Amino acid sequence: MSARVFVPGDSSALSVGADAVAGAIFAEARRRGADLAIVRTGSRGLFWLEPLVEVETAAGRVGYGPVAPGEAAELFDAGFLAGGAHPKALGLIEDIPYLARQQRLIFARCGLIDPLSLDDYRNHGGLRGLERALALGPKATIEEIIASGLRGRGGAGFPTGVKWRTTAGVDADQKFVVCNADEGDSGTFADRMLMEGDPFLLIEGMAIAALSVGAARGYVYIRSEYPHAFAVFSRAIELARAAGLLGPSVLGSGRAFDLEARLGAGAYICGEETSLLESLEGKRGQIRVKPPLPAIAGLFGKPTVVNNVLSFASTPWILEHGAKAYADYGVGRSLGSQPFQLAGNVRHGGLIELAFGASLRDLVEGFGGGTMTGRPIRAVQVGGPLGAYFPASLLDTPLDYESMAAVKGMLGHGGIVVFDDSVDMARQARFAFEFCAKESCGKCTPCRIGSTRGVETVDKIIAGRDRQKNLELLRDLCEVMTDGSLCALGGLAPMPVLSALEHFSEDFAKAPARAAAE
Amino acid sequence: MSGRTDFDVDLARTLIDRKRTMPGATLPILHDLMERFGYIDDAAIPLIADALNISRAEALGVVSFYHDFHRSPINGRVLKLCRAESCQAMGCEDLVSHLVVRHGVTVDGEDEGSGIHVESVYCLGNCALSPAALLDGQPIGRLNRDRLDAIIADARGKTQ
Repeated sequence: MSARVFVPGDSSALSVGADAVAGAIFAEARRRGADLAIVRTGSRGLFWLEPLVEVETAAGRVGYGPVAPGEAAELFDAGFLAGGAHPKALGLIEDIPYLARQQRLIFARCGLIDPLSLDDYRNHGGLRGLERALALGPKATIEEIIASGLRGRGGAGFPTGVKWRTTAGVDADQKFVVCNADEGDSGTFADRMLMEGDPFLLIEGMAIAALSVGAARGYVYIRSEYPHAFAVFSRAIELARAAGLLGPSVLGSGRAFDLEARLGAGAYICGEETSLLESLEGKRGQIRVKPPLPAIAGLFGKPTVVNNVLSFASTPWILEHGAKAYADYGVGRSLGSQPFQLAGNVRHGGLIELAFGASLRDLVEGFGGGTMTGRPIRAVQVGGPLGAYFPASLLDTPLDYESMAAVKGMLGHGGIVVFDDSVDMARQARFAFEFCAKESCGKCTPCRIGSTRGVETVDKIIAGRDRQKNLELLRDLCEVMTDGSLCALGGLAPMPVLSALEHFSEDFAKAPARAAAE
Repeated sequence: MSGRTDFDVDLARTLIDRKRTMPGATLPILHDLMERFGYIDDAAIPLIADALNISRAEALGVVSFYHDFHRSPINGRVLKLCRAESCQAMGCEDLVSHLVVRHGVTVDGEDEGSGIHVESVYCLGNCALSPAALLDGQPIGRLNRDRLDAIIADARGKTQ
């Protein structure tokens, strides 16, 4: 049997040369007449080790990383095909504490298997959830999802099963399931990793949803900033169709479900579910006023389940292992696991899937190992560009929906971005408004006009003009936007601003000369 | 997504017809036009409007809403530089000023003859390896000044 070498084809791994590494290993093997097969996988999510090369040995998969293309020859010299010693050797992958300490329910296969091999998928437990759903029938499947306590992983945290039950209960000639893969929040990449590393899991989750609510058609809306994920996922759909996982009779059940991947076009607002639906319908991505809820009148006016990638991807595990087993993870009303994404100025950035309730400190310091620059942590933004900035003094806050809300923040999609002490929080507050102004869909006034007025007001504060008066105005503006905006973009843009003001007020009171000199 | 073919009305019509019956065909059609021509020519607007039975204003409204759809040709390579929070924390703004100071390239600016068009994007999902970019669709992680210099030199070499 030939040796098997695994090199990620994940776009983060590609961004630091994984293709060149795979090519160099292949060329070196040919030169030496070594018999090996290179399998391209997703990423394990230990990104500081990418390109992370793994080799199958009798004891398990052994890792080497980060590998440069020029190191291929020395790896062969070191006998890496048998797990030989080398300065880049990491030992057994599963024993690396960063991975061993995680509770990977959704990401169990990511980085392990060939993402485009349905055989690999099945051999590692794939399709068991869908098979159980088919055996249970729609009603019992939905009850199982409700009992698991699964809440929407896109950020809003609405109970997934309740959403499904609503759509299932509407009488209609046509229904849809739509996956929101418009993962626009800075600091998040779990959806992308999953679509590139284990795309059949998302297809399985969407099939479970579709068959439960009575939809025969689904769409996955993938942002255009993810060209690689779009390509991999589109290919996975074709393979699933060819294997009978999608099509007129899902797994021979006699029930139809088919899926199409659609590409976004660079609009953050299309991550808001009603904008996404407008965009899928071929229109400007302007939000719709709710009600009606999409679950009742969504895509093309039909009842539509809209869920995030991670919400759909959680459901096969729940069905396979049962609602109780899932609810045993997590705390309070935040049940199950959350793939956290650690990024920004941090030594060991990556994907960390854990039960809810781990502390922010454990993530940032325990897993992350502090800042990349080695300077002290000053701020951590949780939950994307609309999430709050926390000071180091709040690092012991548990990461669950309720604890985050209690410190005037939100978990969002689970992104965590670390900043060192060189950050200027007044500039970050200004950016929050600037981003909102750039991405506002323009439908409601508080967001469309308020965001621009926000930039101007922060500029005045930074310049030291009528500082007290403008700070009051800023708080007033934030209140109007929070209470008066139609959707979360305008409604939450004040969150990073107010958190910066509350925790880092000194940055708003600096001498104007410094700001002008910048 | 640099322009591959000069705009051609018949070719545009063929591309539009290919997808006109898809539900919600506007974005898929616009992506096809972008891929073929590198931009959405004004002459394509009435064709899209006719094919999809929408007004010209609606067709134009969609084109202008989305950041991806350019209305004039882009010459040379396209570098999408991430300027969102994670990349800010790792110094993307230093790269933006380096582009101006060292290379005279303005991000999101006009770039006649510079061989490269650099535009801001907000998150490429490569945040654990910030600063991140996409060069003609190829991902780049841990971007720094040296790498940026090499990219610019390469792009300029290609146009001359």
